[in-house]
Amino acid sequence: MRPLAAIFMRDVRLAIRVGGGGGIGVLFFLIVVVLMPFAIGPDLALLAKLGPAVLWLAALLASLLTLDRLFAGEHEDGSLDLILMADTPLELTVAAKAAAHWLTTGLPLVVATPLLGLFMNLDGSAGAAVALTLLAGTPALTFIGLIGAALSVALRRGGLLLAVLVLPLTVPVLIFGVAASNAAIAGPPPFGTPFTILCALTLVCMVVGIFAAAAALRQGME
Amino acid sequence: MAIIDLANPTRFLGLAHRALPWLSEITAAVFLVGLFLTYGAPDDYQQGATVKIMFIHVPSAWLGMFGWALMSVAALGTLVWRHPLADVAAKAAAPIGAAFTFLCLITGALWGRPMWGTYWVWDARLTSVLILFLMYLGVIALWRTVEDPSRAARAAAILTLVGAINLPIIKFSVDSGNTLNKPASVIRLGGPSIYPTILVPLLVMALAFTLLFVTLHIAAMGNEILRRRIRTLRLMQAQSAPGSGE
Repeated sequence: MRPLAAIFMRDVRLAIRVGGGGGIGVLFFLIVVVLMPFAIGPDLALLAKLGPAVLWLAALLASLLTLDRLFAGEHEDGSLDLILMADTPLELTVAAKAAAHWLTTGLPLVVATPLLGLFMNLDGSAGAAVALTLLAGTPALTFIGLIGAALSVALRRGGLLLAVLVLPLTVPVLIFGVAASNAAIAGPPPFGTPFTILCALTLVCMVVGIFAAAAALRQGME
Repeated sequence: MAIIDLANPTRFLGLAHRALPWLSEITAAVFLVGLFLTYGAPDDYQQGATVKIMFIHVPSAWLGMFGWALMSVAALGTLVWRHPLADVAAKAAAPIGAAFTFLCLITGALWGRPMWGTYWVWDARLTSVLILFLMYLGVIALWRTVEDPSRAARAAAILTLVGAINLPIIKFSVDSGNTLNKPASVIRLGGPSIYPTILVPLLVMALAFTLLFVTLHIAAMGNEILRRRIRTLRLMQAQSAPGSGE
């Protein structure tokens, strides 16, 4: 347990200290949301209708932003080889890194969502509903991104390839995240159905993402 | 000849060399029969002659999915058995599967224009085929990014298997996501039952397209094996060249 806690704490510290870029994701999230009214016009009714979709898309792009550095630093300084050779199962190490990544990029987005919802003319309860769906859905984005990060770790222009590989896989999460938000705000379908499917997707992505990412790291280092 | 003998690329090349002329001829013959039957098939009373696009559209859709299934089996071969031909089979199948998926999208758009008055609607089926196409492009991009072929094969194999797990989920999400927002699907092929006058040409065309896929795939595998040999020869040449430091 101790090596996992050490890796987790190390990643969190690296993200929040100078040069880590943990806050940049939230800043990017804020800017994308602020740009939207310039693109679609300041019509408040329209903004409220598009609000959940805009918040979800912005969160998706923001969580993608920091993924390419997930294993790249370890690859460059060689500690990835040490992690691969260690006694701790690689799957658990990968899971610890994913948890640290979500805590430093996913959770801040969730916290910022009710505030940014005000920009999109979503009132308190609607903003809280979107935040709740993001809380359930952003771990899935991290776990899917884990696969792309592990596949593209040793590549030049890995970041661009990562987006191309990861984005099609996020379609189900996006669909049910926005569907659950819309159901909570406007109805008529009940909130529970899409929300439970969203939670199920997160669990599936957790299993698939961790094992696929560990397999990808192993094959990449052979 | 056991399947293990096929693992030898030279044996495979010899066999492919002998089989390809036969396969091409059979494919052409089945296509002739299929096109003839298609020509004889009755027009739909509502859709007119445009219904005949279906004889190309449906087999393309089937082969688009078949291509990914083939890549998944090859991916297992790569990861579990380290089979040298599995790498080649997976790499050769990706562009062909992408091409058939693209053909499916194009024919669907051409059919949609007179039927719905627009080339594209965000219908569940269209959307999931489009995502399948995008994932093909992702796999091809991965193949083209990693220089070492065997390393590229293992990376692409992992992505292919993740895709194989995710594609049914994506299909299900797009289906139910659309029914949450919109009324049911616009496309309904032939209603509750397909008449034999349509079904027989459709099956023959599906067989012809499948044969075409197999022929192209074997030819592409042969080309890929030769391409790898050229790469190895060039590497050896570069190593033995004067001034290479050895």
